[in-house]
Parts: sequence; C-alpha cells; structure tokens
Amino acid sequence: MHNGILYLAGQSLKELMLPVIGSELIVNLIMTLICIVILFLLVATSALVFTLGERKVCAWIQVRIGPNRVGPWGLLQSTADMLKLLTKEDIIPHGIDRWLWVLSPILIFIPAAMVYALFPFDDGVIFADVNIGLFLLIAISSQSVLPFLMGGYASNSKYAMLGGMRTVAQMLSYEIPMVIALMGIVMITGSLKMSAIVEAQSEVWFIFLQPIAFFIFLVTALVESNRPPFNMVEGESEIIAGPFTEYTGMRWALFFLAEFANLLSIGILTTTLFLGGWQGPDFLPTQLWFWIKAFLMVIVYQWIGWTFPRTRMDTILSFGWKVLLPLALVNLLLTGFGIYIFRWLL
Amino acid sequence: MEIVDIVPPELKNNVIVTSVDALFKWGRANSIWPLSSGLACCSIEMMCAAASRFDLSRFGYEVFRSCPRQSDLLIVAGTLTWKMTPPLIRLYEEMPNPKYVIAMGNCNIGGGPFADSYSVVTGLDQIMPVDVYLPGCPPRPEALIDAMLKLKKRIQHPEAAQGSEERMNASREKLADMTRRAE
Ligand code: SF4
Repeated sequence: MHNGILYLAGQSLKELMLPVIGSELIVNLIMTLICIVILFLLVATSALVFTLGERKVCAWIQVRIGPNRVGPWGLLQSTADMLKLLTKEDIIPHGIDRWLWVLSPILIFIPAAMVYALFPFDDGVIFADVNIGLFLLIAISSQSVLPFLMGGYASNSKYAMLGGMRTVAQMLSYEIPMVIALMGIVMITGSLKMSAIVEAQSEVWFIFLQPIAFFIFLVTALVESNRPPFNMVEGESEIIAGPFTEYTGMRWALFFLAEFANLLSIGILTTTLFLGGWQGPDFLPTQLWFWIKAFLMVIVYQWIGWTFPRTRMDTILSFGWKVLLPLALVNLLLTGFGIYIFRWLL
Repeated sequence: MEIVDIVPPELKNNVIVTSVDALFKWGRANSIWPLSSGLACCSIEMMCAAASRFDLSRFGYEVFRSCPRQSDLLIVAGTLTWKMTPPLIRLYEEMPNPKYVIAMGNCNIGGGPFADSYSVVTGLDQIMPVDVYLPGCPPRPEALIDAMLKLKKRIQHPEAAQGSEERMNASREKLADMTRRAE
C-alpha cells in the first residue's frame, strides 16, 4: 500500500533485523529509537544549515555576497560560530530566578523538536500518526510561549521582561486566527489525522481550495515562529534582545537553534497542509518532492522576512484581532457553504 | 615537538590532527560578532562596512549583536568623551570573555582633532585594553575590514602580537583601578 522510498527502506531494515534478533517487540523498539535519533539529527542539522542559509539569503536580497571565506562557499561558517559560542564565558547574572532562567533555553527546544514527530515526511513515514494530529501539533507548538516568558521574567531585566510579555501577547493572539483558518481544511478532509490531510490533497492542493486560509496561515506562521517582519520578541532597536538579553554562549545558542528548527517546521507545515505534502508528479520520488516544497517555503518565509521592515507591536495586535480573525471566520463560513453546495450538486 | 609529528608518514594524507586549542582559536577567529555601538562620525563608516559595497559578511563578521552578552568585539567607533566612559566601560564589562576591542579612528588613538579638548579621552587605552588600533579620520570601511582581519590573525597567533601584551596589561590594571574607585 505505501511505496515511499523511506517507508520501503524502513521495512527492509526491519526485515533484516528480525531474523537476527528474533523478537518483533525488540525490533520495533529499536526502530523507534532509530527514528527518534534521526528526528533529533534532522532538527539539529537543520538549525546549523539554516543559520548559514539565512545569512546567504539575506545577503542576496541586499545585493551582497554573504559568508564565503570560512570553508568552501562559507560552508563552515556556522561550525565556527558554534565552536565560538561553546567556548564563551558563561555569565550568570545576579538577582535572577536561577531555576527558571536555566530551564528556559532547554524547555524552548522541546516543543520545537517534538512537533517533528507529527509531520508526514513520506508515504507511510510519520512517527506518530495519531487521529488528533493537527490538534496535537497546535497544542504542542503553542507551548513555546511559556519558556519565552520564563526566560524574560527570570532574567531580572526590564528589557527581557518586556520581550517576554510581547511574546505572550503576539503568540496567543495569533493562535486563534491560525486555528480557525485551519478549521477549513479539517472540514474538507473530515479528519484531524495528518496523513489523511495529505491524502485528501491527491487531486487538488488545499492552496487552491482554501486561498484565504493559506494567506492567514502564512502570516500567522511568521508571527508564531517570531520570524521578521514580526520578530517583536527580539526587536533590537527597542528592547535589545528581548528575553534573550541576559543569555550568553551556549544558552543563547539553544534559543537560536529552536528558532531555526521552527523555521523548518513552518516550512514543512505549509507544505503538508496546503501544498499536497509529499505528493507530486511521478517523475521524481515522493521524498524529493517533499523536501523541494519544504525548502521552497522556507526560502519564501526568509524572502518575506528580509523584504519588509519590522512592524509595530500595536499594529501587529490590531491586525490580528481586527483583520485576520474576522477573515478566518468568513473563510469558515464560505467553506461551509462550499461543502454544502458541492454535496448538493453531486 | 608538534602533535603533527606523531602521525605516521603513511597516514599523513588521511588524518588531520589538531589540538582542541587550535580548533577553538579557529572558531573564535572566524566568528567575531561585533557589538553594534557607535559614538560619532566613525560609526557611519562602520555601518557602511556591513552594507553591500564592502560586505563584511564575506568573512562572517556581519552579525552585529545589539546585546553585549552575545558579542565578542567592541568597536569603539567615534570620539569618546569622559562623560561617555562609564557606560562604555559597563558595556565592555558586560561582554563575556574572550572579548576584543578595536580603537577606530584618530580620536580613539590620541584624541584626533580634539586632542586639546577638556572633554575628550585622548586615547582609548587609557581606559580599556585595546587589541587593534585603526588610524584614519575616518578610516575607510576597507580599513575596518583589514583591522578585523588583523584581529583574526592576532587571535590565531597570539605570539605574533607579543609586543602589545605589556601595554594591554597596563590598561587592564588601570581599568580595574577605575572600577575599584567607582565602587
Ligand atoms: S577620528 Fe575623525 S571621523 Fe572618527 S570620530 Fe574622530 S573626528 Fe570623527
């Protein structure tokens, strides 16, 4: 039934191990562990690759060259950055709430990595294909608000506190239009299961059936992952570095890694929900289609980010509540009518 | 004996040996993130160095952090007055080690056109250790890039810049002294 390359590779690995180990339970356990390791590697390497990618894309948009001296084509630039961040002095300021402060960068990485369990990478390749997939995904990703506030509050610095509060305001108010916009997809599919959502797009991609929802998702995804032009959390000219103001070296790098893991995950999410996931014409393998679309979406997000100047806090909030939320509701209504008319025509 | 000499000759082409120290030096030298701070006219040239014509980012140095906690290099770009020294010293002290300082422009080397003024610090090394002196009024962006490459060389080969070490130690003592007095 499934015929993606990854799925077949996994199956043949299982068949290879089964006679050697004997018990099917242990084989499944080993496969689960392998999957977890692969997912974590994916998250970590994506962060490394995208730090360089971001700087290159930014440079091209500003008619510059970008990093090209460290290693061939600048490929070792992010390695050098990581090495440097590892060896920096670890400053722990006075007057902080120590436990919250130390936990915040660690906790921020968990939701960023956990959502990867719910992405259908290929035909039959999804780590946890639960029947409330989309709901769980949104629930997990909204957990990333808390570590921001924790870090901001614990730092004992007014800029960090302001940054933390901004995060809460912006992320919570954009969660609502995003969820309502995605409701349209769920109505058409009739399921919250991620693999069912991809399969429902085998004939028409949802970007054509739900253009309004796509637009709303594009904006809200940028806000949710703190990408520019909505990176109010880290508005340099106003609040220094927001919740990260007091973090040095590796602790700060963890925030940074989570940010880039989020960038890839919104790229994958857009692909899965609106661009047909891993499906595509037959001349390329499905796995390749998936990554092509995901990387294209990442580049689109970076393009948007480096083209528009940063918005103001109050404009973001009023745009979310006064424009996007009504628009999402209208989209819901239109989708309902559309489904009704479609059924009636049949 | 260098560690490279222990590698048997038949493996010379396949194995790369390095010490942890050399690796970290390489990392530090290739990823210098400056603090975005400018005091006067020289800072215009500093901004220009990161823009498209001169493109500091080719060397990986374009990550101007706005927070001293995450930056490695303080480019003191512009006329430093005595009134501005306490905030500048505070910024310097907030930066995590290892940290570097470039004194940009004639003003920071010896007072420049304001050498006779009562309010101008005549020489940045009176208040903090300086790694690279960059003359010019203002120095061109290429000169700033060159100064950063000199700094890179200095990080990778600290023995090549031995002469300035005494001077830096003297400034360090002075800085500690000033901090003590301020407290
Ligand atoms: S050295 Fe010249 S250009 Fe630089 S701050 Fe002083 S007066 Fe201005």
